[in-house]
Amino acid sequence: MVETQTAREVAGEKVAESLVKAFRWMLLARTVDEKMANMYRGGRIHGGVFLGRGQEALSVSVGMALRPGDIFAPLIRDMAGRLAFGEPLLDSVRTHLGSVLGPMRGRDGNIHRGRLDIGLYPMISHLGAMISVVNGALLARRMQGRTGTVGATCIGDGGTSTGAFHEALNQAAVERLPLVLVVADNQYAYSTPTQRQYACANLLDRAAGYGVAGHAVDGTDLRACLNVLQNAVARAREGQGPQMVVATLLRLCGHGEHDDASYINPQLKESAVGRDCLGVAERQLLEVGAATPEQIRQWRLEAQQQVEAAVAQVQQEPAPDPFTERWEAIRTSGLLDHFPSA
Amino acid sequence: MSITYLEAIRAAQAKALADDPRVFIYGQDVGAFGGAFKATKNLQQEFPGRVLDAPISEDAIVGSAVGAAIEGMRPIIEMQFADFSTVAFNQIVNQAATLFWRTGAPCPIVVRLPSGGTMGSGPFHSQSMEALYAHYPGLIVMTPATVEDAYSMLLEAVAIDDPVIFCEHKFLYYHLKAERLPETALPVGRARITRPGRDLSLVTYSAMVHEALAAAEELAAEGAEIEVVDLRSVKPLDTDTVMASVARTGRLLAVGEAWPWGGVTAEVVARVAAEGFNLLDAPPQRLNAKDTPIPFHPNLWAAHRPTARSIADAARKLLRL
Repeated sequence: MVETQTAREVAGEKVAESLVKAFRWMLLARTVDEKMANMYRGGRIHGGVFLGRGQEALSVSVGMALRPGDIFAPLIRDMAGRLAFGEPLLDSVRTHLGSVLGPMRGRDGNIHRGRLDIGLYPMISHLGAMISVVNGALLARRMQGRTGTVGATCIGDGGTSTGAFHEALNQAAVERLPLVLVVADNQYAYSTPTQRQYACANLLDRAAGYGVAGHAVDGTDLRACLNVLQNAVARAREGQGPQMVVATLLRLCGHGEHDDASYINPQLKESAVGRDCLGVAERQLLEVGAATPEQIRQWRLEAQQQVEAAVAQVQQEPAPDPFTERWEAIRTSGLLDHFPSA
Repeated sequence: MSITYLEAIRAAQAKALADDPRVFIYGQDVGAFGGAFKATKNLQQEFPGRVLDAPISEDAIVGSAVGAAIEGMRPIIEMQFADFSTVAFNQIVNQAATLFWRTGAPCPIVVRLPSGGTMGSGPFHSQSMEALYAHYPGLIVMTPATVEDAYSMLLEAVAIDDPVIFCEHKFLYYHLKAERLPETALPVGRARITRPGRDLSLVTYSAMVHEALAAAEELAAEGAEIEVVDLRSVKPLDTDTVMASVARTGRLLAVGEAWPWGGVTAEVVARVAAEGFNLLDAPPQRLNAKDTPIPFHPNLWAAHRPTARSIADAARKLLRL
């Protein structure tokens, strides 16, 4: 009896601890996203800005379920997951503001950033294309005898319609790879509603078709997301093969900041699926007594200060210089093709 | 002992697997079956766990090769036919070809493309894709024409830290033979003067080298000395060797099995015209396949692609200009 009580307290403490951690990453992600959106409106950003608003609970849960040494190939709405996985805040600010010190050195932008040295794979724009890349990395690790690591990647409802998605999920199932595929069913692929995207009752139905385990989750509910992702990642790590997580939620912004999202059905915004996961998480924190309103105010302030400091630092940094740039697309310098200059 | 072009490709893969534990082979039917053309015959038995059958998913096959390369492996991908690489086009040109530029990480993958026409193969088992891939920055495109080059260039392709599109010609698989495997090789990226001559430069690559040599032989009987240049790799393209040849002969005929719009022959002509205009005694010419899908029937196929006869005709015309 006493032991059970202790276990419950420990579990409760752990829940509170991970809720706080998750909430603070979500807050930082929301804050930096909004700063980038503001700067985009002010014409200070190179390229597009794509926000994770409404998807932070899901995204942060992916990042938190992973460990150092795992692989994470995020998509365009994964600021929270990136931070939780270990991406420095500066990476986002540097790519958006065009600093040459960013991880892509000005050669690729914003949401395409990654850091291969920490297992953070940089996405290409073609949806579904990263899944097989993660598969190959996991296959390589198996051949190298490196076991116990997991690869996770995120996609939206629209991305599930691609041939690449089908090929890769089937491939992962055939090879029984420790892949966690996270689908944010956020009701719209750019402007296209789910009725025009797929005809199955739920995207989760597809998991069975590929022979992979499926997990459904309310993507607005941080506690649920943390649980489901921990479970899915643990199963993959134990060798139970690919895990597909489908989260239901609503994108609370346009596709990008160029898009006013006027096509979103207002009824969806009012429904449970349209809840802001950040607000839900805040209530959950207060409910379990993991934080006080004063603490949350303080954390919000700290997130703003962190973002402002990063922006101030990056604004002093140099932009890439076409004169010193190495215009060489291959590594083997002896095999460069030489073209007469025009 | 004699060894065919196809056996040389198998031998190079066996050596690569034996020499480097990072090498593995992935493709459709490459395992116990040994591949559609038997280019991986017995390799799965010799190298257990390192020759893997793939589902019919070209996109995922190449995507996973990129992921494996990121994790330090050196995959060799067999496309069953070059034509099917269009399904993997996105992963080749957008994932593999951009990885080093974007991230600084090497992408040492080899994609073997059984290329080019053979009798009766038709529109979807005959294509020559080298120009498509050469168009994209970040890829190296090899087009070996000899048994020795097939062997040594494939080994080089595996050793190179960049993605290599290895266009091996199916027409050469069985009938092209050499006495032994080479121990030395020309550097990758260097063209070879296969036959010296002083009247006209026939610049070509892959199976067309042999058609060009036959044409040169035919013209020799008529008193014309034709120089045949084998490009060996189309990217990088050895402009220096081509230019030096044209400087000797004053006449350029670029020959390719691929379609006529753009492509390798157009690139050769463009470079010579831009950089060596004053070396030319006549307008530079090119000869390619006809601008239609590749026909199935042998009669039509033989007329569709350049042959020794059509090359000789084109050369005669150019010699009169």
